[in-house]
Amino acid sequence: MFWQQEMETLDRPALEALQLKRLRETVCRLERVPFYRGKFLESGFKPEKLKSAADMRLLPFTTAVDLRENYPDGLLAVSRDEVLRLHTSSGTTGKPKALFFSRRDVDNAAELIARALCMTGVTRRDVFQNMMTYGLFTGGLVMHYGAEKVGCMVIPAGPGTSERQLLLMQDFGTTVIHVTPSYAFYFADFLEKKGIDPRRDLALRKAFVGAEPYTEETRRKIEAALGIDVYNSYGLTEMNGPGVAFECEGKCGMHVWEDNFVLEIVNPATNEPVGDGEPGELVLTSVNREAMPLLRYRTHDLTSIIPGPCACGRTHRRIQRITGRSDDMLIVRGVNIFPQQIERVLMSIPQVGRNYLIQLEGLDDMTVKVELSPAGFDGQVGHLTQLQSEVVEKLRAELSVRPKVELVASGSLPVSEGKAKRVIDKRSL
Amino acid sequence: MNTVKLVAVFAENRPGQMARITEILARANINIRCIIMATSGNCGVMKVLVSDPDLACHNLKQEGFAATLTDAIAVEMPDKPGALHLVAQCLAADNINLLNTSGFAANHRAILVLEVEDPAQAGETLKKHGHHVLTQKETLATI
Repeated sequence: MFWQQEMETLDRPALEALQLKRLRETVCRLERVPFYRGKFLESGFKPEKLKSAADMRLLPFTTAVDLRENYPDGLLAVSRDEVLRLHTSSGTTGKPKALFFSRRDVDNAAELIARALCMTGVTRRDVFQNMMTYGLFTGGLVMHYGAEKVGCMVIPAGPGTSERQLLLMQDFGTTVIHVTPSYAFYFADFLEKKGIDPRRDLALRKAFVGAEPYTEETRRKIEAALGIDVYNSYGLTEMNGPGVAFECEGKCGMHVWEDNFVLEIVNPATNEPVGDGEPGELVLTSVNREAMPLLRYRTHDLTSIIPGPCACGRTHRRIQRITGRSDDMLIVRGVNIFPQQIERVLMSIPQVGRNYLIQLEGLDDMTVKVELSPAGFDGQVGHLTQLQSEVVEKLRAELSVRPKVELVASGSLPVSEGKAKRVIDKRSL
Repeated sequence: MNTVKLVAVFAENRPGQMARITEILARANINIRCIIMATSGNCGVMKVLVSDPDLACHNLKQEGFAATLTDAIAVEMPDKPGALHLVAQCLAADNINLLNTSGFAANHRAILVLEVEDPAQAGETLKKHGHHVLTQKETLATI
């Protein structure tokens, strides 16, 4: 099924011509943004120089650091009056990355989601339960608007308790869910313990699973446990949130909506483009956004382009599921976490020593091992418990995820030369 | 007020940790006369009454342990039914809360080691009620 069949199946030459036209318009608009104007001046770039898609290389990269340095609104390309909505994403320092939407951007983001839902067979008869966090995180509202666009009845459940999720599913006949892979697993376990067979007792048919990287094996397990089809979903706040790339019914790779995003894969070390099928860092340019388009944004997500056309008939190219990150960002329970955030919190607590270790285990459990500073010890076991709770609370406030904290003896954690290995990821996702 | 010094050491709650601590004390020829352990989750605190607390604390710190000295009260009691109750009653009457407590009896004498918020106040209370509060030296000689 198609939402915008003509656009989704536009032949490649026409699609590329549209991309180039929109890219030129975007670049012209960005000349009004001091950050990009400075970059263009620095490299001698002029919009007339853009003659083909290969000329993308003349454009500057945009990084997460640029977004942070231009926080809150340095990259805004329209007046504040034209902004309809703000979303943010966590950054490596206390400041988040801010992304603005104009009225057209809000509507357009919903269109892209609608295409994605429609291509897996979602219709207005579906009941769509969005189990992602609402609020500043795009996984809530952006997906919500897209599902409404299709005409589904949308239940803005949020992450809530499993008891409540189940109640909504039972009472309102939920057929489609949007969920993180870790929560999908957790929920399947919960149903099993309650003695509920989702095939017999629920109307669930499909899940859109994203916000965290996961493997093909995990997809199969979630499908088997819930008796549904699981579709891989990719997005990032800087590019609208969800809806950048989605799977069709073929479930082999995610179509990137190339009329909206120019797709490049580069070698993260050399910044040179890699060939189709070769792994590298995904670089995206938003060519159909008004409020805050970004040129050649370094996503740090590692993937590759799947060569060749897709059986579904869509001409928009596909990328493989994300296999990892080219920086040290962690995604825990759908939340972006940088080890530096954890370090900053720990170093602000005097009773805590220098060394720490972040362990990720099981489905999505984070344990932070913290060395006790010898000077911070007064012999009272009660004070150790208090310290432990203090570390947990401060980390939760910074990360929005509650970790387990273990106090360990000073000098007991491995010390490595050069860049310390602070993260051990043994998750089974 | 007579108080006794305990050496408190932080340790993770896993096999082998006590042996790491006792090895250091044994090497320095330090005699352990009484031991109190408290655990909470993955960590714990081991407290010892030893022949030379300053040396014990110093050596443990040198080996990288978080160690410190804490004050406790040692009370001598007769080794007979109701003796502990008399001590407990007088602490209760003065609203004194116990943090960690350890006690033992040998050779018809009994010693109670008490950790409280304010050892001086607890000592005064016990003395007032006629209990024998021991010095460090007396305690080590008694045990």
